[in-house]
Amino acid sequence: MKERVVLNVAELPLHGMESASPTWWGTLTYMLLEGSAFAIAIGIYLYLLSLAPAWPIAAPPPSPGPGTLVMLILLASLFPNWLVGRWAKQQALRKVQWGTAVMTLFGIAPLVVRVFEFRALNVWWDANAYGSILWLLLGLHTAHVLTDLADTAVLLVVMFTRHGPNRRRFGDIQDNVLYWYFVVATWIPIYFCIYWIPRL
Amino acid sequence: MNDTTQQTVSDLELGPTELAEQLAHTWRTPRTLWGTLTTVDHKIIGRRYIATAFVFLALGGVLALLMRLQLARADNRFLTPDRYDQIFTMHGVNMMFLFAVPVMEAMAVYLVPLMVGTRNIAFPRLNAYSYWLYLAGGLMLWISFVLDMAPDVGWFAYVPLSGPQFGAGKRSDIWAQMITFTEVAALAVAVEIVVTVFKQRAPGMTLERIPVFVWSMLVTSFLVLLSMPAIMVASTSLILDRLIGTHFFNPAEGGDVLLWQHLFWFFGHPEVYIIFLPAVGMVSSIIPTFVGRPIFGYLAVVLALITTGLLAFGLWVHHMFVVGLPRIGESFFTASSMAIAIPAGVQIFCWLATLWDGRPVYKTPLLFVIAFLITFVIGGLTGVMVASVPLDTQVHDTYFVVAHFHYVLIGGSVFPLLGAVYYWFPKIVGRHMSERLGRWVVGLLFVGFNLTFFPMHILGLAGMPRRVYTYQAEMHWGGMNLFVSVSAVLLALGFLLFFVDALRSIRRGPPAGHNPWRASTLEWATSSPPPNYNFTRIPVVTSAEPLWQDPEVLPVSSGLRVDRRELLVTSLTEAKPQARESSPRNSIWPFLAALATTVMLITSIFSPWAVLWGSIPLLAALIGWFWPKGTPEDEG
Repeated sequence: MKERVVLNVAELPLHGMESASPTWWGTLTYMLLEGSAFAIAIGIYLYLLSLAPAWPIAAPPPSPGPGTLVMLILLASLFPNWLVGRWAKQQALRKVQWGTAVMTLFGIAPLVVRVFEFRALNVWWDANAYGSILWLLLGLHTAHVLTDLADTAVLLVVMFTRHGPNRRRFGDIQDNVLYWYFVVATWIPIYFCIYWIPRL
Repeated sequence: MNDTTQQTVSDLELGPTELAEQLAHTWRTPRTLWGTLTTVDHKIIGRRYIATAFVFLALGGVLALLMRLQLARADNRFLTPDRYDQIFTMHGVNMMFLFAVPVMEAMAVYLVPLMVGTRNIAFPRLNAYSYWLYLAGGLMLWISFVLDMAPDVGWFAYVPLSGPQFGAGKRSDIWAQMITFTEVAALAVAVEIVVTVFKQRAPGMTLERIPVFVWSMLVTSFLVLLSMPAIMVASTSLILDRLIGTHFFNPAEGGDVLLWQHLFWFFGHPEVYIIFLPAVGMVSSIIPTFVGRPIFGYLAVVLALITTGLLAFGLWVHHMFVVGLPRIGESFFTASSMAIAIPAGVQIFCWLATLWDGRPVYKTPLLFVIAFLITFVIGGLTGVMVASVPLDTQVHDTYFVVAHFHYVLIGGSVFPLLGAVYYWFPKIVGRHMSERLGRWVVGLLFVGFNLTFFPMHILGLAGMPRRVYTYQAEMHWGGMNLFVSVSAVLLALGFLLFFVDALRSIRRGPPAGHNPWRASTLEWATSSPPPNYNFTRIPVVTSAEPLWQDPEVLPVSSGLRVDRRELLVTSLTEAKPQARESSPRNSIWPFLAALATTVMLITSIFSPWAVLWGSIPLLAALIGWFWPKGTPEDEG
């Protein structure tokens, strides 16, 4: 076919930020599909609860200490996370580098507490279905913290290399910030299920 | 690889020949083993995906013939009960997870980027990863079959049969991991399609100008995103019950077997629409082309697609009518199951109106559409029947249900798919399939299909249960079963002829021009087969039927760089240009990541620790994948 040029796009940026970036949408899409996995897991929890004559089954309720500490750490991480997102938008390299270092620590901290949290569930995964779903919920969320930690750590290293000062990298940081919000947000219903529903 | 110092080249500076050469160079995939393993070209991967899916279709067909051979007469001893169990399970698993869903996504992988006027799919490396993972999952399943350790628990793997108590050996674990392979692959493609449709549409392709096939794949992708996590959580719970002693499905320890059915069908029912909605899109592409007018009721068809997608999540319990659920639940799900006939009806009347108002040219693709309309309506009618609890209770687990879902799946999905293959083959291969053989294929398949599956309604009403490896002569089902088996040969001949036609036409079919059917959508604006960069310049869309607007001249945009893989990102609803985004170069990392995933998933069947150490090479491969390459594509 013959072509007739009716539009010149030469002036457009080489990479769009946020909603102009495909990876931003990709991150949202992944949040949607992983969010449905979380919803299904919580659905299993509520379904088993609805069948059980008593809940928890043959175990004391989980000790809320470590889980609450994880919650506090995650809530405390929201502010630095928001700052990193802002700095990435401003493309402030130095601040983003240090901010990402702090966020790496905020990824490690809940994992350290989580080691104790699994013990504080007061039930093993193979004790009964109640134990199984508790470990599944906690395992699922831990996998997400781990994934984001790996992403944050790799980005941290990248930001200190020659690849750091690049709009594309700041976009990656923004996507990572977005995903961390998701990791924190999903903990709220799971925390409520694990620690407070058995005490209702 | 570091050539950022190289001067940038824009398409504004080049003449037509130079431009095509430079683009072909930038987007090339070498014809070497390395090129094969590293390519991220959506057309190469799409072709592979389609070809692999059709190989699985053929293999699944052979299994069906083996079953028909076994059932051809009463008290037959051709297959052992154990082999038969593996074969009917393999047939279902293979057709659903290795053929039907992948082939629809594969068509989208090839066609959607062309139809929206872009140069590659979003996340092309993820696309490569998806294919390798799908291939590995398929190989694992079929190798297990050869080793006599294939799943034997039905395609839905109900507990407790598949659980640790009754499902000894590794057969159910193979099933569960096959789910992981294929669902990760399917989810990856769904993400790619959503982002391609949202962000890579040609400038001017507003929401109401999106081709119906693209709409159908967008809705399908959302169904995949929302339903497949359910089956992944379910299969993970199953494998945990089997390997590390959790009790999700063990009633003795607070678990529940019906939980499995809920989880499975929460995925399993949308799965039907994941297979059917792309077919709706294909039919809606074929009819306008062969009657020479735009689809009647574009908005109604698109809204019907979306409605079907929403309702698909409210039907799953109709697969569980006989398990003893509260009556209020059964009434609700009966109502919703019947309600979904409404959007299906809207679509059918829109197609009929389009046919009515146009001037039909009865080429093979349109003949397949007509075969589809008749068969699918019959399948839809029996669907309304089994949506009713009393009738379902009577025919549950009988051949009536087998007849019903083959009418819906083959009639509703495979016929449109084969029509779509005849329709888009000239684009993909550059040559036509045979019109003469095509008519024979439609005829054989339509007649063979109805002769094979219609009598199954009667067998079901006569009480013949599904999944039995044989039956006694006193049941008097022998005559009808023999008839079905002989008809199945006719059906198989139709498929055989289709494969012969396709393979022959790759080399010997009559050459097709860029738009042999005078169709209206953008994939026909480029040459057949398309060059590796799809379009020399990104089209600018000004109507819903871009190529009917002006069949000679295509409005296009310019100003993209050609020294790097560059495409256009546009806004979500208006498709206004937002950025010149780069698209990744070929990479070996997706292949290595898929290899690492495969090792992890297969060894985890044998030891849960494999998840731990298996994740180390996977992590390494992912870091290699995401590490900035310093190529011009990395410039921001």
